[in-house]
Amino acid sequence: MDATILAYVFLVFVLSLFLGVELISKVPSILHTPLMSASNAISGITIVGALVSAGTAESKFSLFLGTLAVIFAMINVVGGYLVTDRMLAMFKKKETAGKP
Amino acid sequence: MNLNILIDIFYILAAILFALGLRMLNSPATARKGNLFSAVGMLLAIVATLLVKGLSFQWIIVGAVIGTALGIFAAQRVAMTAMPEMVALLNGSGGLASLLVASAVYHHHPESGALTALTIFLSVLIGGVTFTGSLVAWGKLSEKLPGKPILYPGQQIGNIALLIALLTCGILFTLNPAGNYPIFLLSILFSLILGVLVVIPIGGADMPVVISLLNSYSGLAACATGFVILNNILIVAGALVGASGIILTQIMCKAMNRSLSHVLFSGFGAVPHPRTEGPHGEVKALSIADAYFILEAARSVVFVPGYGMAVAQAQYAVRELAKLLEANGTEVRYAIHPVAGRMPGHMNVLLAEANVPYEQLVEMDAINRIMETLDVAIVIGANDVVNPAARNDKSSPIYGMPIINVDKAKTVFVMKRSLGAGFAGVQNDLFYYENTRMILGDAKQSVQNLIAEFKAGRST
Repeated sequence: MDATILAYVFLVFVLSLFLGVELISKVPSILHTPLMSASNAISGITIVGALVSAGTAESKFSLFLGTLAVIFAMINVVGGYLVTDRMLAMFKKKETAGKP
Repeated sequence: MNLNILIDIFYILAAILFALGLRMLNSPATARKGNLFSAVGMLLAIVATLLVKGLSFQWIIVGAVIGTALGIFAAQRVAMTAMPEMVALLNGSGGLASLLVASAVYHHHPESGALTALTIFLSVLIGGVTFTGSLVAWGKLSEKLPGKPILYPGQQIGNIALLIALLTCGILFTLNPAGNYPIFLLSILFSLILGVLVVIPIGGADMPVVISLLNSYSGLAACATGFVILNNILIVAGALVGASGIILTQIMCKAMNRSLSHVLFSGFGAVPHPRTEGPHGEVKALSIADAYFILEAARSVVFVPGYGMAVAQAQYAVRELAKLLEANGTEVRYAIHPVAGRMPGHMNVLLAEANVPYEQLVEMDAINRIMETLDVAIVIGANDVVNPAARNDKSSPIYGMPIINVDKAKTVFVMKRSLGAGFAGVQNDLFYYENTRMILGDAKQSVQNLIAEFKAGRST
């Protein structure tokens, strides 16, 4: 690995952290639980590494590790997004129609 | 067009969608769509990765099918009260995935250079700590492990020794990574042990801080993996999650008036606090019938729920009472303390599940500004977060913690089974205040009795 490439991805890392802080500080506290499960889903981005590992493995052991990684990352992605959606669907506005 | 450029474009789009999705979480009105944006971003990232040349799909499909099935199963089955356990498990699963990817990369290219070796080590370390730490947090939340802090002599020294061992492993591995399996496996083992040891001394009441912190770690683990495979999308997404967890951790600490290091190292609640002799004034009990007359005449009511309300599943009864109050022309709000529940924002989800419209969910600072104007504050299953000692009594262990100032409302109802102390073992002065009325008994039953009074009162 080249040190210049590392410096470049480190820059991406730092800028993303700042972007994250900006975005998340605007999330109201009533949505903090969905925020956590949504970020669970986003941290499932490890799936990208897992897919490559499982798809390019040359030994049985690599293949085993890669497939296992795909399983766990996929649980995060699918479980995280679905449960977030389930929660957010419950946050409703006050029904305005026909009040007694 | 070159395939690699197409893949990069997809990754950029995914990053934009993740950021937009998080941005739309700033309001309940747009949040659900934001989550969908984020999911589309993830789909793009996955599709882009599958375009990489020379992948064999057989085991990818097997893994994806199993993971998807488990994910769907978990997301549909989990009860809203168990959401903290679910998030803890998802944190752990993210950490484990990062550990596995780093291990697979090392196994594939055992002849890595020093920089790659360093990133592999970090990925294993953060992933491993997140994995076992989350499992312990899950055990404590689901009460499979004792919620009390587990402390033993030599704990600090043992942890420091483990950290030094890990540091040594990291240096040895970075200097001599080629085929260095013994050190690599030791690093994994020590990381897994470290995860257990850092969470067991933390008490159940501090779990909101711990899952927020582990949430952050699971993002940073993804970041570290991004450094291993030099992939920007992992780094961007991981950093967004890392930042999110850090902010939530800060908010939780602030709401409990404690520093992060205090939460992590002190074992809060391990030593029972000397019970201060509370003011032995008179407690004024209130009958359901009298409570009804006060509520019937009230123009504004605020409910202040604690986790006890959710455990008793009383939120549905509370919502029904609120509807009757509204039909009677009373303005109803719910004031939520940031640490109410077992994780950040938990109480809001539980109330939303009971069909409480989100406009009525009010944050602590907002309700405190208008508390003097409210006729009745009804405290259900909350204790420490409404204890005025946090403002007045410098000797109190909870002094300085921000609270919901229910004592400033014109009348306070406290629904409580007994006059016991709260989580922190602190006597609550609120019960003896001039404007406080105690409705003793099971909170859910009391609310249901009030509902019955209202229905009877309205029909006559």
